[in-house]
Formats: sequence, structure tokens, C-alpha cells
Amino acid sequence: MATKKNNTIKLKFDSARNLAPAPESKSAAKIDPQYDLFINGKFEKPSGKKYFPTINPATEEKLSMIAEANTADVNKAVVAARTAYDKTWKKMPAAERAKYIYRIARMIQERAREFAIIETLDGGKPIRESRDFDVPTAANHFFYYAGWADKLEYAFPNRRTEPLGVAGQIIPWNFPLLMAAWKIAPALACGNTVVLKPAENTSLTALKLAEIIQEADLPPGVVNIITGAGATGAAIVNHADVNKIAFTGSTEVGKIIQRAIAGTNKKATLELGGKAANIIFDDAPLDQAVEGVINGIFFNQGHVCCAGSRLYVQESVFKEVVRKLKDRLETLIVGDPMDKNTDIGAINSKAQLDIINKYIRIGQQEGAEMYQPSCAVPKKGFFCKPTIFTNVAQSNRIAQEEIFGPVLAIQSFRTDDEVIEKANNTPYGLSAGVWTDKGSKIFNLTTKLRAGVVWANTFNKFDPTSPFGGYKESGYGREGGLQGLSAYVNIIENR
Amino acid sequence: MATTEKRLEVLKTYKIYIGGQFPRTESGRYYIATNKKGENLANVCLCSRKDFRDAVVAARSAFGGWSSRAAFNRGQILYRIAEMLEGRKAQFIDELIKQDSTRVQAENEVNLCIDRLIYYSGWCDKFQQLFSTVNPVASSHFNFSVPEPTGVVAAIAPQNDSLLGLVSLIAPIIAGGNTCIVLASNTKPLCAVTFAEVLNSSDLPGGVVNILTGKVSELVPWFADHMDVNATVYCEADEATQKMIKEKSALNVKRVLLYDKTKWTDASGQSPYFIMDLQEIKTTWHPIENIGGAKAGY
Repeated sequence: MATKKNNTIKLKFDSARNLAPAPESKSAAKIDPQYDLFINGKFEKPSGKKYFPTINPATEEKLSMIAEANTADVNKAVVAARTAYDKTWKKMPAAERAKYIYRIARMIQERAREFAIIETLDGGKPIRESRDFDVPTAANHFFYYAGWADKLEYAFPNRRTEPLGVAGQIIPWNFPLLMAAWKIAPALACGNTVVLKPAENTSLTALKLAEIIQEADLPPGVVNIITGAGATGAAIVNHADVNKIAFTGSTEVGKIIQRAIAGTNKKATLELGGKAANIIFDDAPLDQAVEGVINGIFFNQGHVCCAGSRLYVQESVFKEVVRKLKDRLETLIVGDPMDKNTDIGAINSKAQLDIINKYIRIGQQEGAEMYQPSCAVPKKGFFCKPTIFTNVAQSNRIAQEEIFGPVLAIQSFRTDDEVIEKANNTPYGLSAGVWTDKGSKIFNLTTKLRAGVVWANTFNKFDPTSPFGGYKESGYGREGGLQGLSAYVNIIENR
Repeated sequence: MATTEKRLEVLKTYKIYIGGQFPRTESGRYYIATNKKGENLANVCLCSRKDFRDAVVAARSAFGGWSSRAAFNRGQILYRIAEMLEGRKAQFIDELIKQDSTRVQAENEVNLCIDRLIYYSGWCDKFQQLFSTVNPVASSHFNFSVPEPTGVVAAIAPQNDSLLGLVSLIAPIIAGGNTCIVLASNTKPLCAVTFAEVLNSSDLPGGVVNILTGKVSELVPWFADHMDVNATVYCEADEATQKMIKEKSALNVKRVLLYDKTKWTDASGQSPYFIMDLQEIKTTWHPIENIGGAKAGY
């Protein structure tokens, strides 16, 4: 039997790796040695007088000291928010409220470069991503919701709205500034006041946002930004005078919050974990699809709740897609997040790197085949090579559990029905992706995949006008768009 | 051959409704439904956890088919339910009177139920238009958001308004494409079982609505913590039960809806917002090719 001749030329990638360094300068950003709590329009020392360090995960160097808010500080922030709600914000004409929010949007745009640098230094994401995605999208989010403030009567047919009161908001470390924008902008537009807590690893851009809020002359107490870890978050969740909890983070913590507020009238929106299926059919434009898969799982080091961490490839193109993926992996530049050429930056923390490495070991132990490119990674800092697994079973933990890192589990399928079944066979339902040239097939898939966001022939796209949020254990409520307003209002009858 | 003897009435066996069938509870248990005077009305199934689990299996199996039915078709089926109810009005009025309603109250309640079904029948293919959006994203993509059913809903019907409450709860759930398991009023269960017979004769696929009878306190924990249920609905003001439902629902991040302040007899007891309470928003993206840069000039 004649073997099929392989005419594929082995690609050489050395030149791609040898690009001259193009580092962004740190000088455009100012980081203070210490940050206090932003309560009632002022920066205040924490009552427990405790501070914790925040480090650059790419170098393990300390960037600054961050205040730890205890229960008394949380209470102070909630009281400030309540007072601002009752005395100022609730009564202010909606069009005036809008102008404050527009101001914030403009000021973020003005200071975009500084924000991008600090986001990258504090979180480890490539400067290209913080510059081109995180910061502009955060500014746009404020700009979009600002305009809703005086138009809410058009948003809900035959109903009017009232604000909820004080919103307690807890955000994760993967998109620190953007998540703050997703939370604060709609809350303010709808007339609520806010107590926001950024993740303890990545507080800096939220505190920089506090500076902007101060400069924008927002009435004191309308936005309070307090820092700390889980205990601070719990104090917000459990505070009796908070009307609404908005949380983005793990499904595990989301469930704890849902239980914690069970005996109260607090409203909640939860944006939790995911294990998105990215599906490639044999008629898809394969090179585009491969780019989409790479972006889907390696964007922000895979620290994305909607990351396309499960890849399903139709059997007839399976080998070709895997080969193309491996080739593309060879060209990815892993390293200094401040370098403008870098594709994959630093893992956000040591703890997260340990989790990712644990799953890489589990994948191998379960019998899946691992592939990593030959690139070098910096010795200092927390780095992980982009990793793909083939020979994965649907039951493998790397195909079931959220890893939150640059690890892709690849499986094959034959029919549309089979892949729909496999893609939906997960407790999560945040996002999904479909790659095919056939329009009718796209709509068959996009209507049957049980997920809140479905990308067809694209992946990991976000926009302030586009609602985002999950089905099933990926949480409830939406952020973004008209639908994102309902998270921050009571909808009441027109009488 | 007229006889002066009074004809012996045929009594009805009140069974439960699972997957389009009318089984008795697997537990073999029963309780006696009585009226205010304490007169026995019927032996009613005292459902168990196993009955509930069977009903969840039926509801889950029915979900794919029901949610992908044409919205227009769902509207017709809801209309058909109303037609069937209209035809059997007398039976429902009798049962409501047996369960302590006056004739006027009973007639009103049944009429309202029929009208409410017609109301939601009309919404089946309209609420999506009202609550969908096309989103003007800043990149070269076409982007739209539509409501889709949450999934399998476990609902505890109100204890009062035993027919109207039940119908007002079920109609928006199924109008939106969900399937459900509903626990009937414990004290007034008769109409719920008879309503199952109406559902069964109105082209509603088996398993879309499953109706159980029994004790709320016994079944409510299972309603709230079953891993294949997507939402729990509760209509009483009992705070301890509300809290327990919310806590247990966290197990798989169920949506929890509390309708303790809803007046079912009121106009506010119906609206498309009840449908939207059990909808998820799905957003779909697709790139727009713009190679030559041609504009739509005319």
C-alpha cells in the first residue's frame, strides 16, 4: 500500500521569535507606594491599619501596598453609599447623572495609556491587550450606559423603573478595569450608588478609577472603592443595608453568595465560570478558524470565563486542524507582558499557575496527549506555555472543569447532533463558538447551544451594547446592552 | 322503564399527571381532601420524592421538543387548552363549589382562567419581538440578542386560587417554551388534576406539564435541590420556606422566583414579564465581510 506523500513544508518560526524587543515604557504611569480606601469621595486609611502587597506577576516585584478593608470599613462605605443615594443621587435629574458618567468615560480615554500600563504591570496581561481591548472597552462601557440614564422609560415596555439602592459589587482579577466598568456604569445610570471591591491581586486600576471619580467631581459616596480579599467581599455580601449584589467570579463562590443572601431581599446577578465549546466543521475556513481557536483560548492567558477551552473538530479535518494549531502555537510569543510583540503574558498569580499546572498533570495522568511549543519562558515570574491536549475523553477533568489558563482540550466529532450533545453536556453555559461556511448550519447550532453568548465564525468579541452572561451554572443576569439595565432596576407597573 | 331509584354516581379517582400519563403515586400513599365542613371530597395521591424525580425526567425529555416548536404552534396549543377548558367549565365550577367557592366565585375563576390562557396564547409569538434586540456593536459584526427558555421549572402552585393560580403559573412558563413540574394546592387539589385532563386532551405534548399532588413541606426541598431543574417558583409568603428554597437552589445556580405578592385575580396577575422571568438572553455574533469597502449608496 502506497503511503500518501506529505508535501507540507515544515515551517520555520525562528524569525518570528527573534523580533527585537518593543517594550512599553513604565514612565507614563504613576503608581503610589501605598493606596488607601476610597470612601465618601476621599481616600481613607483602613481602620485595621493593615496593608498587603500587590506584585507584578511577570517579575514578582512589589508594585505597591494596598489597604485591607475590614467590616468597619465596609460599613463606612455602605453608609456613605446609602447617604449619597438618599440625599443626592436618587434625586438628581437623570440627564445630570448621565453627564457625570460621560465625564468618567472621557477621563479614562484621556488617561488610557497610563491605565493600560498599570493594568499590564499589575495583572500580567500583554500590553497589546490592555491597550487595545481592556481600557478602551471600559471607557466605551461608561459612555454607552451614560446615555441610558435619562432614557430608562423607553427600555421596558409599559413599565417604569426605580433604582434598587446600594449595589455591592465584587469583581475578579482577569479584567480588573473592564469588570469595574461593567459593574459601575449601569448601576450609576440606573440611579444606584456603589460599593465596589476589586480582586486583591489586581486593585490598582480600580483605585486609579477612584482617582478619576474624584476628579470628575462625582458627589461623595456615589462610588466607593474598597480593597481586600475574600473576607472584605463577604462583609459586603452580608451587609444588611446592601440592596443588590453583583458578582463576577468562580461558580463555587457564586453559589456561596447565592446561599448567603437566601434569607434576604437582596437581588443578585452572578457571572460565573464557563467551559465553552468551540466547534469546527469541515466546511469552515480552517485558517480563520484556527486563528479563532487561538484567540479563544489564549487571549489573556486563558484567564477568561468565556474562553473556548473545549475544541470540537469534525473528524474529516481533525488532523489538519491539529497540525495547523501546533504550527500556530510555535509562532506565539510568550514572555514580557510589557513588550508590544507579546502574545501570551504572565499568569496572574502563583496560586493560579499552580492550579493550571495541576490540571496539566491531571490531563496527562488521564491519558490525554499533551503538546507545548518549544519556546522558552522567562525564569522569573509566573509563566505557562500554551498547551493543547488531544486524545481527550468527554469525561476527562480537563474537558469538564474550568482551568482558567492557556490549556485547550481537543476532541473530534462526526455529526451535528453529536457535537450539539457533547457541547451542551456541561453544567456551564456561558459561551460557545461555531465555525462553518454554511449559514443554515450556523443557525442550527447557535439556536441549540445552551449558552448566553454564541460566536459564529468569530470568538471572544465584546461590546457595551451586547449583553453578556450565562445559562445554567454560569450564573444569571446580563451585563451590557439594554438587557443589562434590568440588573439594576425594579420594574414596576405604570399606574 | 323509568325507575324511581336514584342513580348511583360514579366517583372520580384523582391521579397525578407525569409524562402525559395518569399514574398513581409510586409510594401508594394518599391523603383525604376535605372541604371547610370537614366532609371528605376525594382520596388524593400523596406524592413522593420519586414521583417528583420521574416528573423531572419527563419534563427534561419534553424540553428539547417543546422549546424548538414554532412559537406560533405553541400559541395554538395554548389556545386549544383554553378551548378544552371552556368545554368543561361545568366540571370545574362543580369542583370549585365542592371546595368551598360560591357559584359566582367559581364561575368567575374559571372564566378568568380561560381568558388568561387566551392572553398567553397570544404572547407565544410576540414576546420575543418585544424583548429581542439588534445590538449596534462598534466592530464589523452582526449581533443580536433573543430570549430563550430557561429549561425545566419546578413550581409550587399557590394554595389559594387553586385553579387560577395554577393556570396563571403554568401558562407563562410553557408559553415561553419551558417545561414544568407543578405541585398543586394541597388543600384544594381537585381542579389541578382535572386541569391535567384538559391539558392531556389539547395537543400539549406529554411531559411539558407534569402535575403532582401532596404535601408542600415534604416535597419543597426536592423541588429546590434537584440537579436537573433550572428554576424554582414559590408563591407563599412563608419566609423560612423561601429561604430554604433559595439556599438549596444554589446547588446548581437555579433561578428562584417568588410570587408571594402577586394578586392572580388582578390584571397585574398577567403580563409578558411573567414569561420573561423564565427566559435567558442569548446573544449571537457573526462577522460582516467588508472586503471591497462598497457602500449602500442608493
